[in-house]
Amino acid sequence: MRVSLFVPCFVDQLAPQVGLATAKVLKRLGHDVEFRAEQTCCGQPSFNSGQWDVAREGAIRALQVFRGAEVVVGPSGSCVAMIKKFYPELLKDTPHLAAAEDLAARTFEFSEFLVNQLGVTDVGAKFAKKVTYHDGCHALRELRLKEEPRQLLRAVKGLELIESEEGESCCGFGGLFSAKFPMISTAMVQVKGGALARTGADFVVSSDPSCLLQIGGWLSREGKPILPLHIAEVLAHDA
Amino acid sequence: MSDAKQIFIKDATLNAADGDQRAFIRKALGGYYVNRDLQKARYRDWERARDAASLAKWTAVNDLANQLEKFTANFERNGGIVHWARDSAEARAIILKIAADVNAKAIVKSKCMTSEEIHLNDALEKAGYGVVESDLGEFIQQLRGEPPYHFVFPCMHVKREAISELFTKHLGTAPTDSPEELTMIARRHLRQLYVDADIGITGANFLVAETGQISITENEGNARLTAALPRIHIALSGIEKVVNRLDDLAVLLPMLATAGAGQPMTCYNTLYAGPRKPGECDGPEQFHLVLLDNARTRLLADPEQRDALHCIRCGACLNVCPIFKNIGGLAYGTTYQGPIGSVITPHLRGLKQWNHLSSASSLCGACTDACPVRIDLHHHLLHNRRNAMKQSPSLFDRVFHAGFGFVMKRPALFALGGKVFLATLPLLKKLPLPYMSAWLKTRDLPVAPPKSFRDQWKDSAHG
Repeated sequence: MRVSLFVPCFVDQLAPQVGLATAKVLKRLGHDVEFRAEQTCCGQPSFNSGQWDVAREGAIRALQVFRGAEVVVGPSGSCVAMIKKFYPELLKDTPHLAAAEDLAARTFEFSEFLVNQLGVTDVGAKFAKKVTYHDGCHALRELRLKEEPRQLLRAVKGLELIESEEGESCCGFGGLFSAKFPMISTAMVQVKGGALARTGADFVVSSDPSCLLQIGGWLSREGKPILPLHIAEVLAHDA
Repeated sequence: MSDAKQIFIKDATLNAADGDQRAFIRKALGGYYVNRDLQKARYRDWERARDAASLAKWTAVNDLANQLEKFTANFERNGGIVHWARDSAEARAIILKIAADVNAKAIVKSKCMTSEEIHLNDALEKAGYGVVESDLGEFIQQLRGEPPYHFVFPCMHVKREAISELFTKHLGTAPTDSPEELTMIARRHLRQLYVDADIGITGANFLVAETGQISITENEGNARLTAALPRIHIALSGIEKVVNRLDDLAVLLPMLATAGAGQPMTCYNTLYAGPRKPGECDGPEQFHLVLLDNARTRLLADPEQRDALHCIRCGACLNVCPIFKNIGGLAYGTTYQGPIGSVITPHLRGLKQWNHLSSASSLCGACTDACPVRIDLHHHLLHNRRNAMKQSPSLFDRVFHAGFGFVMKRPALFALGGKVFLATLPLLKKLPLPYMSAWLKTRDLPVAPPKSFRDQWKDSAHG
């Protein structure tokens, strides 16, 4: 299969290793991977800020960028939810609706693609560490992905998966929310990050790099001995 | 910035920094989660029950005018008197007039958030009536001079010792740390008040159109005494509380109890139909019902958010909301706290003043999943944000997003912007930039990688 990578803008800038790991796993499974360099941001920051006109322009651009792609796979539940759930809502009274629905049907979050589209749970990775998993809210509640990433992690050789308290609690990122209401966002990550640290895991793994930015930023500031890691990075470790 | 927003930011900041209080609230809700899950598991299929509950409310709300006519015709046939109030002022005036007409002096109330919405107690007290709340939580809040913290658990934030002190101060009772003893103190105090009161004011959980009955749900039995003992009963209800059929309560009553309080059923579920009839041994001489619009018809006119009128005020969305749990109920400054309050308050009291509540959310969606009547709560927060931007965008937001949109459409500029961002990140971290400095106050940013993904991809064999 030819997979077109959808790389969130902050992964592009701040966590390029996540994009590279995603490509590596897909290639290891025998797929062609392309990156269409004209892609920019999915428009979610503007969408969530109520600037739907700006977000709509971003959405229409993304439809053009990914036109003709067989499948589009992104290592972020949040940005993929933007395409799958919110592009059709944004474009519902426009001539672009059919294209938006078509793209939504061909776009998948990374763990969703592996497990539900390819039927793969063992990607041949080895990672002898204790990890705990953080469900990003968009993956969990917009895309309804809960078991998929866990199935993948359980199949990793040597990996021990520990569930945390506050398993389904939000980390408090919420995009610009984290900077517009920093005090609330921080209180939320204290609850979440505290529970993750108490698991005694070496790494907190998630399918959402934006949550990892928030959780990792707080863990680092507090000096907690647990590091953020994207699920693609775990799966990219060769056996 | 609106006044309401300034107060919100101040209070939310204060409360979010109060670790002890936040831990107390989490602990208070701990038992609820366990019980809720136990009770949910007793349903054959909770999700199908949500469908049924949602459909029952959808059917009523989408035929509201007809169902209200049917309800009021049946309510009047039962001997009740209906009053229509367009807004808070009208509702207060109606109730004050009834009180004057019947020469009332003392008034006892059971739990009624709609009366908080119209600030009824203030109006009654100013007019010289003695008003006492008979729900234990509301009674405590009334003594504290504070609005309810949570519209189902009004004093969940108050510690036992504080309640004991409060009773000692106001009722002259000996200090105690026994919850049973505290309850008995309140009960002894309230019993005589029911007998002395001329008017009992209650809310209504459901208005049953096909029978003209009012359904009231409670755990303490105080609403039954409030409705039955005084010679005049006034019920106050929003117009959206109507359901078409008595059978609808078969799903709505247990779901209200389970979703809101983790109970199989609330302890007392009573249907009230009209005043005392000849030969009956109890019940009021007059039974009034004040039906309040107060901008609910504005919400009804919005097909996108009309489902917010499905709300049965169970409080499930508050109980799971990380914002509520971390800033507390009083910080909202609204009658209805939590996600449902953030959705409907802009409709009830103005979007410009209250949109900040829609912005103060990470959009995690826990509320929407918890809602027994399937209100699309967190997406409505997005809708409010969009509507607010259309109505009165701030200059900063306009410029920020116009700039962002400009760059988003130009991949070369976007890539260049990324390069500049990465190269200057160490410097940016030191500047007093909006957003950036707010983030960095409590969280680190990762060290900038030497090259972006797109550059690394181009450099590698892929490009």
